[in-house]
Amino acid sequence: MISTPSAAIAGRRPGAATAAARHLGRVAAALVVPLVLLLLWTLGTRHGAVSRLVLPAPETVWNALLDMAGSGDLLENTRISLLRFVLGFSAGAVLGFALGVLMGLSRAAEDAIKPLFTALAQVPAIGWIPLLMLLVGIDEALKIIIIARAALVPVTLNTLAGIRNVPAGFLEVGRVFRFSHAQVLRRIVLPAAVPPIFTGIRYGLTHAWLALVAVELLASSEGLGYQLVWGRQMFQLDVVLAAMAVIGSIGFIMDQGLALVEHRLQRWRSAGT
Amino acid sequence: MTMRGIVLPALLLLGWEVASRSGAADPRILPPLEAVARTAASQFRDGLLIADLAASIGRDLAGFAIGASLGIVVGILLGLSRAADLLLRPSFDWVKQIAIFAWIPLISMWFGIGELSKIVFIALAAFTPVVLNVCEGVCGASHQLWEVGRVLTFTRWQFLRRLFIPAASPSMLTGIHLALIYAWLATVGAEYFMTAGPGIGGLIIEGRDRFDMSQVMLGVVLLGLVGYALNHAAGALEHRLLRWRPA
Repeated sequence: MISTPSAAIAGRRPGAATAAARHLGRVAAALVVPLVLLLLWTLGTRHGAVSRLVLPAPETVWNALLDMAGSGDLLENTRISLLRFVLGFSAGAVLGFALGVLMGLSRAAEDAIKPLFTALAQVPAIGWIPLLMLLVGIDEALKIIIIARAALVPVTLNTLAGIRNVPAGFLEVGRVFRFSHAQVLRRIVLPAAVPPIFTGIRYGLTHAWLALVAVELLASSEGLGYQLVWGRQMFQLDVVLAAMAVIGSIGFIMDQGLALVEHRLQRWRSAGT
Repeated sequence: MTMRGIVLPALLLLGWEVASRSGAADPRILPPLEAVARTAASQFRDGLLIADLAASIGRDLAGFAIGASLGIVVGILLGLSRAADLLLRPSFDWVKQIAIFAWIPLISMWFGIGELSKIVFIALAAFTPVVLNVCEGVCGASHQLWEVGRVLTFTRWQFLRRLFIPAASPSMLTGIHLALIYAWLATVGAEYFMTAGPGIGGLIIEGRDRFDMSQVMLGVVLLGLVGYALNHAAGALEHRLLRWRPA
């Protein structure tokens, strides 16, 4: 009586244990390179083999990070950067989505808009920074416009492609059901175009984040990018490295979050077909 | 069809010309088209325009070549060796999340603000997409290819040369194409931030500092043209090199 379930548990255990061990092994392997680098970094800076001006000791960078966090600078700069990012990205994504839908639904609109759009899109988002500085100054408007421009192009192009590639069969079903134009758009075209639109949003976020850092480096007096420039001007490499770590962490969290959402969307898609 | 596409740009240029001629817009903000053309002509006559273009394209291609070749080597290594993948991939995945421009202050402190810094930065920008795509391509080479190689008793070198590189070449070319785009983006960023030396970015920044809008506009147009040409060339090359594949 008692032996049967315990045997079953015992029988399951090795599999679970090897899976856990494998996972642990992966984590351990992943940590080898960072730990070795950290060790070399510590040793190199401790014995003065590397100048502090070239590479400050790891604990100096850690202390700089704690200082930035403790004084509230880090939180304030992160808040400002994220606010710019959200505003710029939303503006660019909404406009890009509208443009993509407009061009996707009307060939006339595409013929009229696409050539100009393509020509303007050839100049990278950050390329516009000096020109816009002359036009709108170096206030918030500059940052928002540059970030929006960075998000706009991938969202527009992917929305357009998504709408154009809706399978003809889906549209025929709509015709059979005698859907109105609005119903076709809401019930068929937009849901079918969700995955490519999401891809566009993902690229848009990446480009917008890049543009944020660039515009804050070139023209800002607050934000994470400014923290980098400030550290450089003061020759405080510890601040520069700490700010890079924060920028990398935010990028990492954003990427993981998007991967999760994308996974969800794909699950919906496979269940639907 | 094509006529429709011309309407909007033509209206834009017409509006621009009318606004700057009639005095509705400040000519310092919106210089007349012929002022931009005049700037282009005088820069061209002085040889400055060619020097700037050559400098920008030269450092773009130099950084691209270094970054892409290193990326191919590292990508193949990660794709073929499980140990290398387990050890290096997580670190690489984390480091690549640092927005590329955030490296500029560090690189400029390490390598100065001269040519070396710019090329290092451009190489870094080109490196990442190549590693990712090459690695994906090599990993994606099917299991059957392995077996064919084993049956033919290929040496390690033959495996690489005859099987993995051809199998990975489509995604390798995708990576190289992306690297070319990123390298140009990085060239623009490097020239804006580290303004020493000739280059289109330097031309634009100088124009901004002198509040010379026609020089800034000329520079922006050149940025677009070079970006377009690079992208177009990469696309054509990719198409050509992949012609051997069954459609």
